[in-house]
Parts: sequence; C-alpha cells; structure tokens
Amino acid sequence: MTTQEAAVLGRAEEAPAPRRRPRSGRGGAGSWVVGAYSLLALGIMMIPIVYTIVFSFNDARRTNIVWRGFTLDNWLGICDDPRVCESFGNSIIVGVTATIAATILGTMIAIAIVRYTFRMRTLVTVLLFLPMATPEVVLGSGLGSQFVNMGVERGLWTIIVAHIMFCISFVVVTVRARVASLDPSLEEAGRDLYASPGQVFWRVTLPLLMPGILAAALLCFALSFDDFIITNFVSGNAETFPKFVYVAASRGIPPQSNVIASAVFFLAIILVVVAQLSAGVRRRRLAKAG
Amino acid sequence: MAFGAFANTGPDLSAAAPRRRSYVALILLAPGVLYLVATFVAPLVSLVLTSFKEPGGDFEVGEYVYAFRWENYAEAIERFGEIFLRTFGYSLLATVLALVISYPLAYFIGVTLRRFPLWQSLTLILVIAPFFISFLLRTLAWKAVFADEGPVVSFLQSIGVLGPEDYLNGTAFTVIFGLTYNYIPFMTLPIYASLERLDLRYVEAGGDLYAGAGQRFWRIILPLSLPGVVSGTLLTFIPASGDYVNASKDFLGSTNTVMAGNVINDMFFQSFYPLSAAVSILLMVAILIPVIAYVAKSGSEELL
Repeated sequence: MTTQEAAVLGRAEEAPAPRRRPRSGRGGAGSWVVGAYSLLALGIMMIPIVYTIVFSFNDARRTNIVWRGFTLDNWLGICDDPRVCESFGNSIIVGVTATIAATILGTMIAIAIVRYTFRMRTLVTVLLFLPMATPEVVLGSGLGSQFVNMGVERGLWTIIVAHIMFCISFVVVTVRARVASLDPSLEEAGRDLYASPGQVFWRVTLPLLMPGILAAALLCFALSFDDFIITNFVSGNAETFPKFVYVAASRGIPPQSNVIASAVFFLAIILVVVAQLSAGVRRRRLAKAG
Repeated sequence: MAFGAFANTGPDLSAAAPRRRSYVALILLAPGVLYLVATFVAPLVSLVLTSFKEPGGDFEVGEYVYAFRWENYAEAIERFGEIFLRTFGYSLLATVLALVISYPLAYFIGVTLRRFPLWQSLTLILVIAPFFISFLLRTLAWKAVFADEGPVVSFLQSIGVLGPEDYLNGTAFTVIFGLTYNYIPFMTLPIYASLERLDLRYVEAGGDLYAGAGQRFWRIILPLSLPGVVSGTLLTFIPASGDYVNASKDFLGSTNTVMAGNVINDMFFQSFYPLSAAVSILLMVAILIPVIAYVAKSGSEELL
C-alpha cells in the first residue's frame, strides 16, 4: 500500500459512520475458533520435540524406544557412543566452514544486487533462485554424480562444497533485505567527513549490515547442521550427525543422539529468545526517544 | 517471491541511491557466481550427460560411458511412472493439508495476536521451533507415536476405527502426515509475513461497504495475502516432492510408499547412475514447469 492510500483510508476511518454496518474483525466467535485451532496445531507440532527431549533422559539399554525410567547418564556420557560424538564434531566442522564461506560469498552478491547495475542481471537472479527451487535430492544426485564422473574421493570436504552451494542463495535473500533498508545518507555522511571508500565500508556499511549478516549465518548453519538429503550423496564414508541418525535408524538410535539434538535445540531457542527480547527492548527505547 | 519471509525485511531505501555501474559489481559478484556455476550448473549438466550414459568399460557394475542412450528415460518412465504419480499425489495432498493447517495459524499469529507482541513472538518461536531439532529424530518420534503398540493405534483400535490387525506405520497416511508436519513451518512463515503487513483498515473499509465476514475474507484478506500463499505452496511442494526420508522404510514409509526421491537415492547407491540421473531430471522438469509458470507471471526481479 502506498502512503497516499493509507492516508485516504485513515481519513475514511475517522469519518462518522452514517448507518450501522457489519462489524469487522476484533473478537467474536470466529477468532475464538481460529485461536483454539491454532493452539491445537501448535500443540501437535510440539509432540516430536517433547518426545525427543524426554527420551534423552531414558535409561535405555539397547534401543531407545521403550521408556525404562529417568536417568542423567546419557547427558553425562555423551561420548559413550563414540560415533555420536564424532559425527557431531564433523557436523560442527562442516557447518562452521560452510557458513563462513557462504556468508562471505552471499553478502558480496547481495551488496552487488542492491547497489549496482550490471549486465545479465536477470541471469544472475535466476542462477540464485534455481538452487532454492530445485528439490534437494536433485541437487544431491547432481553433485554426487559429478564427483563420481570426475573420480573425486568423497568425504568431509565434498560435504562442505555442497553446503556452501545451497547456503549462498539463502544468505543473499537474507542480507539483500538488510542492504535495501540501509539509509544511503549514513554512508554519504561518512564520505562528507573525508572517509576513504574502505573506511566507509568497514566502519559504516558493514556494522550496519551486521544484524542481517548474522541472521544469514545462523540460517546457513541451521540448514547445514540439519541437512541429510544432499549430504548423503556427497559424503562417501564421512559421517555427519544427521547421516549417523539415518544409518542408525535401521538398528536403533542411541539415546546420546537425543541428547545432542536436545542440547542444540535448547541453545538455539535461548539464542532466538534473547534476540527477540533485545529487539523488543531496542524498539521500546527508540519509541521513547522518538 | 517471498523467500525473503525468512529475512527481517525493513523499509526499502535502495531507491534513494541510484544503482551505479562499476567494476566493483563484477568483483563482488564473480566469486559467488563462479562458485554456483561450478557446484550447481556444472552438476546439472553432468546429470543430463549421465542420464544418457550406457553400460561400458569392462561391464562391471557402476561402469558407464558417455553415449546418447535415450532409452534410459523410457525405462525410467516405464518402471517408475506409478511412483511419479504417487510422488505428485503425496506432495500435493501434503501441500493442501499444510495450507489448511497453516493459514488459520498464520492469521492467528499475524492478525489476532497483533495487539499482544509478546504472545506474537512466543507463538512465532513455537512455529520455527521444529527447525532447531533434528529433522530425522522428529520423524522417528512420529514413528514411535504411530507404532503398532503406540498410543494412536491403540486408541483407534479401542474405538473401532482400526481393526485389531490394522496398523499405521508404513502406510500412505503416515508418509503424508510426516510430509505435512515437516513442511508446515515453510508454509506458515511466508503467509504470516503477508498477513502481518495486512492493513486492517482495508478490511474495515469492506465492512463499511456492507461486506459480510465471508466476502471480507475471500475478496480482501485472501487476495492481499496471496503472495505469501504462493511462496508457502512452492516452499512446501518443492521439498516435499523430493523428500525420501519420510517415505523411507526405516522412517514412516514402506515398500508400498516409495517416492521419486527414494528411487533416485536407491539407484544412486546401487551404482545405477544413468537411471538415477534420468529420474532426477524428470523430477526436476516436472517441478520446474509450474515454478516457471509462476515466475513468468511475477517477473524475475521478484524472484528473491
């Protein structure tokens, strides 16, 4: 909606209503039904999360399917099943490396797309869009068959190559929004104060883009950490955490994998809540200042 | 397209500074674009070439040479035609179910809870919470819930919906359930992003013009949130159609629920690379046709 439209509608709202009209929105039986339906849906969506966390405390012996009583042993002995620990470590290595590389490459593209004109712009846009519009299994089998054709030994590094590829587009989308909302007059002010282009970038542009870049990095890490479908095709003998779970699924998952998943979950939720709260505090402070 | 739903979009101020033409753009673009050419475009080309390969060399398993064996495609369609139809049916059904569940949920969070920012943030965190716990473990949790001795089957048997010999795991029901569940956040988030920006004064204006609740929904709210619905639909349908975890026999499926993704995966690991590649290409083409139709309608600038 344009500001003009909003202004027109705003005025229309203030005008006295000539006759009784059906009331819109706000309360009523309809919104109770929507509310109850939504809470039920959210409740059902939480079942597997609660299940996974609860069974991280299960005194499981061979298979972690039946509840055998509460224990902290799984949490205290995460590495009792060495493959759980090793695959978790691999996932961290892959996630961190892929995130750093993809965030740098994606941020550069995002800046170029918002700030510059260049030839073959449509082609670049399509190239960035296609990896997101292609089923992951096709991305995986494509890279996998290329590695096979080239006779490349698959392992951790081929997983990293694949994860950088599917992260780049998501980084571009996330950072691009931040670049677009950046007020160019701030950079102008820097130039007016005789800052060199490098100084403007490192001391004005980059700090202002940082929230977007961090969000993109977190998204990339989350995608990488949980990816199984693509990883499976390019991993060879290397095992990431999701691949370990997939392989173990046929003969029973050790409870230590639930511990890892639960710990990551709690960490992520804490991060998100802190980010939300600090954003709320900043908004209130800005509202007070304005 | 609102893949940007995942981004925290602020006001677009880019129009304030005119886009410049500079060699800097080339330096910024080159590394990332070349990377995508090497790891996305080249593998697609390699996939097309592989899909036409024929057995060769010493005729060992997994030995193929470049050729133009289009029969690979004929074989793929003949052997897996039914599986393609099933893949399409399952993903379509999961997408529709996800939409039916997500729209009211997104409306509740984006519109009803607008006056309660704390509750809005909290429910939004609940929607994205499944992202933070392993996708495979979540799916295995549903397998336990739907197990033969599990709570759902026992309950349904006790009220007579299921017979004493009936089961749920490994049926179309559990696979579609798993697909729907796993992609609900991808549907909810873009719809929420559209509804959150919805100006309620439009809805009130509709009321002023004597539109009833139904008309206000169909003629005002739904059209204004349509971009979110379209992106949500694509973000659900595309990954669901390529998924092979839910339909795998160790998870929620069985040999009766095999989807295209399972075929690609199985053929690849049995070293039938050309067949796996042919199925991949067919799947990609089948998915890209509706996506391209949408892109042609909305323009390329709107893609990201």
